[in-house]
Amino acid sequence: MNIVEKTADISASQKLYLKMHRRHHHIVTLMRLLVLILFLVLWEYSGRAGIIDTFFFSSPSMIVSFFIKMLLDGSFFLHTGITLLETLFSFLLITLISMLAATVLWYSKTFSEILEPYLVILNSLPKSALAPLFIVWLGTGINTIIVAGVSVAIFGSIISLYTGFKHVDNEKLKLIYTLGGNRFSAFCIVVLPSSIPTILSNMKVNIGLALVGVIIGEFLAARKGLGYLIIYGSQVFQLNMVITSIFILCVIAMGLYQCIQWTEHLYKKRT
Amino acid sequence: MTEPILKCQNICFSYHNSNGETRALTNISFQVNKGELLAIVGPSGCGKSTLLSIIAGLLKPESGEIFMNEQENLKIGYMLQQDHLLEWRTIWKNVLLGPEITKTLTKEKEDLAYKLLSDYGLLKFKDKRPGELSGGMKQRAALIRTMVMEPGLLLLDEPFSALDYQTRLMVSADIGNIIRKSGITAILITHDLSEAISLADRIIVLTRRPATVKNDIPVHLTLPEDSLLSARSAPEFNSLFTLLWKEISDEYCGENC
Repeated sequence: MNIVEKTADISASQKLYLKMHRRHHHIVTLMRLLVLILFLVLWEYSGRAGIIDTFFFSSPSMIVSFFIKMLLDGSFFLHTGITLLETLFSFLLITLISMLAATVLWYSKTFSEILEPYLVILNSLPKSALAPLFIVWLGTGINTIIVAGVSVAIFGSIISLYTGFKHVDNEKLKLIYTLGGNRFSAFCIVVLPSSIPTILSNMKVNIGLALVGVIIGEFLAARKGLGYLIIYGSQVFQLNMVITSIFILCVIAMGLYQCIQWTEHLYKKRT
Repeated sequence: MTEPILKCQNICFSYHNSNGETRALTNISFQVNKGELLAIVGPSGCGKSTLLSIIAGLLKPESGEIFMNEQENLKIGYMLQQDHLLEWRTIWKNVLLGPEITKTLTKEKEDLAYKLLSDYGLLKFKDKRPGELSGGMKQRAALIRTMVMEPGLLLLDEPFSALDYQTRLMVSADIGNIIRKSGITAILITHDLSEAISLADRIIVLTRRPATVKNDIPVHLTLPEDSLLSARSAPEFNSLFTLLWKEISDEYCGENC
């Protein structure tokens, strides 16, 4: 890529382009903020003017005061911490298991042919249907929730990783064989490095799905966590609690996604 | 010069799928002498690449045998149609791929790789990624990757076909020179007749599928100077070209007329 360096001798047209580019960028950021502010103001106003019932719909100011209360009594750290921990654990397990499984499937064509229909069925099964089973088998607690988180993403992850591995150029594999390598060295030298973009984009999907699974698990089988707060809050008509938890979830989801995005960025920069 | 380094005898090979059998090779027999550059030409899709894969040991012939010269301790180097340099490795790491895979990476190998890179003018691209090199340079890097394994027999599977015409002329002359200088035995597969004539000591013509050896033509060019580009202006060039063209077009006619 030939990107013109930021030196003193850039041409006038380049200057103009850069200026327009920056302006466009600023406008987009500004409008994004504006949408958010407008939404919050409208919400707060309708609440105060009695257009909506804040008992059911809450309001930004009520959410902020509830959030401060959560911060002060420490419940924010407890519930957010446990949800984050469960999500990260699920995510790590998903990544590890699906990498191993996809490797084995790639290694043996017969094996992958045998397992293919099972994977397809398990992948299309709504995983929330399994959650009651997990509760019976594993009780209520962190184990059940992590398993629920894993179950949501694992099968799709295996399938997409395996598909990624399979699409590696056959001629590149032939190259490894002509240099005296076996299937194992072909995997380490060609398949794995060339699949890193697939693996990273797969991780982006998985982190979101792990969070979905964990929240489903917490709905059904938890005494702690944001999912528990949402269900509990709705049962006792504490809608402030529910909506505050949802907001925290939004932030977590965005943060986790950004982490992977950032890893991907680092990887792209290195190559 | 006449000592055979490799002998193929009655090689047969078929591809199988559920729709039936495709015979690719029937009773292929030929030999390659030490230090010789043998070209194999034939109509497209006649099984030339299959033959190389069999010689390289990647495929097993259904019948027939391959004899290798025992004393030579024959290591086979294989150069594919495309360079297939791995984009996430530097040229240096790409060139040393063979020793890395076979776990024979020693100081001597590194020295050899270094020497080859400097001989072929790629030393200053050592730490570059393949994407930053031109097609010709990539092909040379691929040749170095093969040569680092110190093969006794070099198999070239249309190594220039992925290049544009001008680069192709340059690189084929270039690589032809390198092979000749190192005195290595080589089998070159090509569908470019003039390339075969200008590079090879001997040309084997295969028939269309199922391929068998049709003709074995020695090439003697009287060259004004030892440059491969000038080979195309040698007095024998035209008659050889006409002869080869006739052999090949007969094969196409057998199919179409």
